[in-house]
This record gives sequence, C-alpha cells and structure tokens, in this order.
Amino acid sequence: MTKRTKLLLGGGLIIVALAYLINSGIREASVYYITPSELKAKGKAVSDQSFRLGGMVVPGSLHWEPQTLKLTFRLTDGKEEVAVEHIGSPPDLFKEGAGAVVEGKCTADGPFRSSMIMAKHSEEYTPPKDGEGSAKHIHRPLAAPQGVQ
Amino acid sequence: MIATLGRFSLWLALALAVYGAVVSILGARRQRASLIESGQGAVVSVFGLSTFAVLLMEAGLVGRDFSLEYVARNGSTDTPLFFEIIALWGALEGSILLWIWLLALMSLIAVWLERKRQRELIPYVTAILLCISAFFLFLAAVPASPFTTIFPPPPDGRGPNPLLQNHPLMAVHPPGLYAGYVGWSIPYAFGMAALITGRLGETWIRTVRRWSLASWGFLTIGIIVGGRWSYAVLGWGGYWAWDPVENASLLPWLTGTAFLHTVMIQERRKMLKFWNVALVILTFALTIFGTFLTRSGILSSVHTFSNSSVGPLFLIFIGVILLISFALLVYRSDRLQAEGDLDSLVSRESAFLVNNLLLLGFAFSVLLGTLFPLLSEAVRGVKVSVGEPFFNTVNIPIGLALIFLMAIGPLIAWRHASLESLRRTFAVPLYLALLGTGISWFFGVRGLYPLLAFALSLFTVTTVFQEFGRGVIARRRNTGEGYLMALSKLTSRGRRRYGGLIVHLGVAFLVVGITASSFFKLEQEVTLKQGESLQLGRYQVRFDELSAWQEPHRFVVQGNFTIFNANQKVGEMRPAKRFYPSEQQPIGTVDIRSTMREDLYLVLSSFTQDGTSATVKALVRPLVMWIWVGGWVMVLGSLIAIWPDRRRAVVAEATSEYAVWQPGRS
Repeated sequence: MTKRTKLLLGGGLIIVALAYLINSGIREASVYYITPSELKAKGKAVSDQSFRLGGMVVPGSLHWEPQTLKLTFRLTDGKEEVAVEHIGSPPDLFKEGAGAVVEGKCTADGPFRSSMIMAKHSEEYTPPKDGEGSAKHIHRPLAAPQGVQ
Repeated sequence: MIATLGRFSLWLALALAVYGAVVSILGARRQRASLIESGQGAVVSVFGLSTFAVLLMEAGLVGRDFSLEYVARNGSTDTPLFFEIIALWGALEGSILLWIWLLALMSLIAVWLERKRQRELIPYVTAILLCISAFFLFLAAVPASPFTTIFPPPPDGRGPNPLLQNHPLMAVHPPGLYAGYVGWSIPYAFGMAALITGRLGETWIRTVRRWSLASWGFLTIGIIVGGRWSYAVLGWGGYWAWDPVENASLLPWLTGTAFLHTVMIQERRKMLKFWNVALVILTFALTIFGTFLTRSGILSSVHTFSNSSVGPLFLIFIGVILLISFALLVYRSDRLQAEGDLDSLVSRESAFLVNNLLLLGFAFSVLLGTLFPLLSEAVRGVKVSVGEPFFNTVNIPIGLALIFLMAIGPLIAWRHASLESLRRTFAVPLYLALLGTGISWFFGVRGLYPLLAFALSLFTVTTVFQEFGRGVIARRRNTGEGYLMALSKLTSRGRRRYGGLIVHLGVAFLVVGITASSFFKLEQEVTLKQGESLQLGRYQVRFDELSAWQEPHRFVVQGNFTIFNANQKVGEMRPAKRFYPSEQQPIGTVDIRSTMREDLYLVLSSFTQDGTSATVKALVRPLVMWIWVGGWVMVLGSLIAIWPDRRRAVVAEATSEYAVWQPGRS
C-alpha cells in the first residue's frame, strides 16, 4: 500500500466513524414537536416516545403544590387540551395564558408527564409559533439526564 | 441633533467605504499609488466616522436622550450608569454599531501595519475590508439604524433587558465575541487578496498568523465568559446548553482552531495550501453566520432579545461571500499545489491532519444539530429537534479523540517519528495517566467517558510539564541559568510553541472541569419552612428568612440561607428574585459559593407571600472553577504566542523557534 492509499483509508475510516456517530445521535435524540390536537389524534400508541408538546397554558388550569413540588396545568392549541404534570417549581416566565413547550412522555391513562418546561416569553396570547421555547427559561428537572451541560 | 449627526456620519462612512473599495481596486489594476493611498485614507475616515457614531450613541445613552428609539428601548432614568454605557451592545442596532467600529479599528491597524510590507496585497485587502464594512454600514444606515427617533419622546425608557443588567460580565462577553468574529475578517481579506493577486506563497499566511491567533483568543474569551454569564445569571446551574447561538460561536472557533494548526504544516512543509485558504473562508463565513443566527431570530435561543428584519440580508451576504470566495479558490487551485509530501503516517503532519478532520467533523455535527429542526421541516415536513443528547452522543467521543491528539501533536516529530522517540516522549505521561485513572477509580469515578476524559487530560498535562521541564533542563545545562530565568528565556525564544502548549494545558483544565461538573453534579429542589434545612452532599442549607426591599429600578426579594458543612457553619448565601417594572415576571438571581473543589449553587425558585416558606433549588457541581481557570490559561497561552518578538527583524522567526529544543530528538 502506498502512503496515499493508507492516508485515504485512514481518513475514510474516520469519516465513516463520524457518519455513524451522527446517524446514531440523530436516531437516539430526535424529539418530535407536536400540538395537543396531534397528540390526541395519535391516541395511546405513542406512550413510550418523547415529544415536545407546545401550546398555551389554559387560564385557570395551573396548580402548584409547594410541598410536593407537583405542578399541573393544561396546554391548548385552541382545539384540544392536554393535561400535563411536572415535578418542580414553575420557571420564571411560566404563567397562565402564555406559551410553553414541555418535553416528556405520554402516560397510558394519566397526564402528559413533562421532564422539562420551556416557557416562551411572549406578551401575545398565542402558542409559540415555532413550537420552541428559549433556553433561558428552560426548567430542568431533578433527574436530568447526565452529560455535558 | 444626535440622531441627525449619527445618521449623517453612518451614511458618509458608507459612501466612503464604497469609494475606498472602488479606488483601491482601480489603483491596484492601473498601478496608481495615489488611488491606493486614497483607498487607505478611506479606511482612516471610516474609522473616524464610526468612532464618532459610537460616541454619539454613548452620549445619547448616558444623557438618557429618549428621543432616540434605541435609548428609549434599552435605557432608562433608573438604570445604573455602567449598564447604560454597555447597553450599546444590548440590542441589535447598537451591536451592529459596535461591530462596525471594531471592524474599522482592526482594518485600520491591519492596513497601517502591512501597507509597506505587503504592497501587492494591501489594495485588495483594503477593498475587501471596506466591502465588509460597507455591508454593516448599510445595515446600520437603512434597516437597523441605531439613530431612529421617536416623537414625542417618552418621559422614560424601558431599560435594558433585566437579564442583561444583572451581571457585569455583559461588559466583556459581547465585545469579546464580536472582536473574535470581526478579527477573522483580516485573515479572510489577506487570503482573498492572495487569491486575487495569485501571490499564494507563505507570505500571506505569515502575515495573518498573529491576527488569527488574536481573533481565536478573543473568541475564546467571548465563549468562556458567555458560559460564565449563563452560569451566574440564568439560574439553571449550567454553562452550556447547546443553544443555537452558543453553537454559532463555537463553529468559527472550531474551524479557526483547525486553521491555526494546519498553518504550521504549510509554513514548515508547504502543504495544505488549498485547505488553509478554504478554512479561512469557512471561518469567516461562519462568523457572519453566527451574527446572523444571533440576530435573525430564525432559531429561538437565549439570545433572541430582539427579532428583526436583517436576517435575509445576512443570508444574501453569506451566499455572496461563499460563492465569490470558493469560485476564486477553484480558479486559483493550480497555484495551490503542495510542494511537500507526507513522509510517514506517524508524524506531526498526520496528527494535524486527523485533528483537522475531527475538528471539522465536530463543527459539522454542531451545525447539523443546530439547523436540524429547520432541515427536517424543509425536507420531511415534520419538526424534529435533536437536543443535548445528540450533541453529547456525537461530540464527546470526538472531543476525547481531540484531547488525545492535543497531547501527542506538539511532541511527535515532524516527517517521521521513530518508535524509540515515541517511547522516550510518551512513556512517563502514559504511566502517570494510567496511575491517575486508577486513583480516580479508587475515589469512585465510574463510567467510560469520565475516566477517559480524566486520563487524557492528565496525559496532556504531564506532556506539557515534561516538555517545559526538559526544555528548562536543556537550557540550564547549556547556559547555567537559574530555573526561572531558563523558563522565561525558553518561553520567549519559542513563544508560539510554548504558548501553544500552555493553551493545551488550559484545554485540559477545562475538560476536567466540564467532565467533573457534568457527570458528578448533585441536585435537589425542596420547599423549606423557616429553620428547616436540606442536605446535599457535604452541605446542609438552612432557610432562615426572607427579606425584601425596593431599589431605584427594581424590587428585590431575597432568601437568607446559612450553609453548614458537617455541622460547621461555613457561610451564608442569599439567592434572590428581582422584580423589574418593565417585566411581568421576576428575574432570579442565583448565589454561588465557589471553591476550587466544588461550587454550591442556590436558586430561590419560589416563596410564599408571608415569607414563612421558600422553595429552593440547590446544586453541587464539582470543579466548575477549573473551567474558568482553564479558559484564562488558554487566553494566557494565546497572548504568549501572539506577543511580538523583539528579534523579529533580525532573525527569521521560523528558524528561532525550534533552536533550543527539538521534540523527539532530545
């Protein structure tokens, strides 16, 4: 083998390894954005998958119990409502009538169990347009997945 | 008055920038020195006018001239003077103004320093820098004018975003990043000038070496201080969230790092010429892309403090840059042939090649992960995000491989490293790294990634110390100097080499800090009544009481906590919530107790109105301090590498650098 072939072979190996890493990373880490209507339409078949659910916090639905840190509320997209449960105090900009995105899983019969809340800082009473919150208001749960942060 | 003068100076600067670019090119084509000098005059004038514009803006901010829309939105009567001054870069229009000023300043310095040494290149360098200035001046003159007025002026302004007036680091983070971004314009301008003139020898590379190092250093400061700000202000206990804008600042840093390494191959072995120009173009384009992501609001991020209409203009600008630059690069590719060849796969050259591949792979995966929601929506019609897990899955292994290369790269011989030299260089560090891994295991460190990260960092640290140690001993043997003298002479005789090693040392500290604080953090959130405590790690945190008071521009509620370590009182901590009249919701202020060993981090999440109970979030993050220490060591290293060499005029630098001590050939 010439040096050039060896070099190309080595480089090729690294690129294949990178491609493999990226591919498996995307597969493991993909989280779909959905609206409450889409979640209802999907039914219960999706109970083990993580989603990012975006909507507006329904006025009057927000309850927080400081002793147990249990936060419950409903998210709406104007058509459907989904009950959400979260353990932890509400993030600074999280409030009724404002947009929020939660990441978590559906439970079989109970509420959507959120592991992360992203409050959207918006004065207008609409669900966040792009279904994404801003990192400054991310509320991380206690059992956050470990890794570089 | 301010508005009229400001607008006038920006328009005039824009006109002069365009004029200067045109006459510089004409002057170069027609060999007319007077035209070229006129172009350089334009650089001076643009700098003068943009300085004037910045001073006007500051006068408006400090004088609280609310007839200026920017001041009304970002200043207020109650805002402390310091935060009023730095409100210049608190929003889009002001930051563009800062960008313009920094670019004008750097253009001036670069053109001034090189106007005699690089006669052929300098007219084109001038023209390119003025074109970039013209783009930003156009933004500031038309769609994002900082000097827009409102009538009638409001009695008071809204004040800066509370998150931006919560911490003095805001004075450092944006200007540092911007200086890092803007700085890459200079290497880009020289690279393009070299392509245009066809003078693609090593001259342009040597000229831009210091500029790229300095820009890299500023970018490093910007990124690290940004992380520190996020940690100290945002209250989630982290310093890096793989937020789109954070990623955007990392991208040019990664490609810039790649460039700083392959430049050495081109200087010594005359290889990778095409690659180096491509890296400079890419890095510059990524700096513009970073500004675009920060300011366009296309991806929601911690930095979308203001959305605006300048996004499409940035995209067009990036498109034009990439198109023209790569077209020129391909056109000139026949002059970019390598004159040297790779001798062996076990050599510094190939270590650098692999390092480049990995750095670009890192950058690519970060770019992909950042744009993934947009891409998947465009291609598949569904919005999918890949968050932190993606970046961790992909980038931790790449990062570990990079640390390994970082340890061996500077010590492995050029051309071909013999087995014997490898053994001599790496035996001790390898044993120490293994020993360190054993010790970490003994102290309870588990998991492949943390163990590898610690081992490789230790490996790096030992190679750096060994290298300094051997150099000092060799000097002492030859010259009989004292240890300190030998160390300082050694460093100053090979600033780039030893500066680079110190940067590597900083990276190793940084990696240790990131690893320990990410993998071994403790977290707890509880509601406490007065007098109750929570236990976290070694610490007990007792909630004593709430206190509240009014400040001129905000209302503060503070939780008072006493901290015990094994029943021994070690201090008090006071996280708070601040209520700004301009915001509907309070802004939390964390309190951090930092030691070299670990940080205790307290956030007041919530409280009852009567003050009898408070919900507090507590984190213990080990070795966080080493991240900031590592950052400053990196900056110190780049300063050493940049520092001008007094003997530069007499001795060619390349020969002086390796005179005393040659790696792998002791």
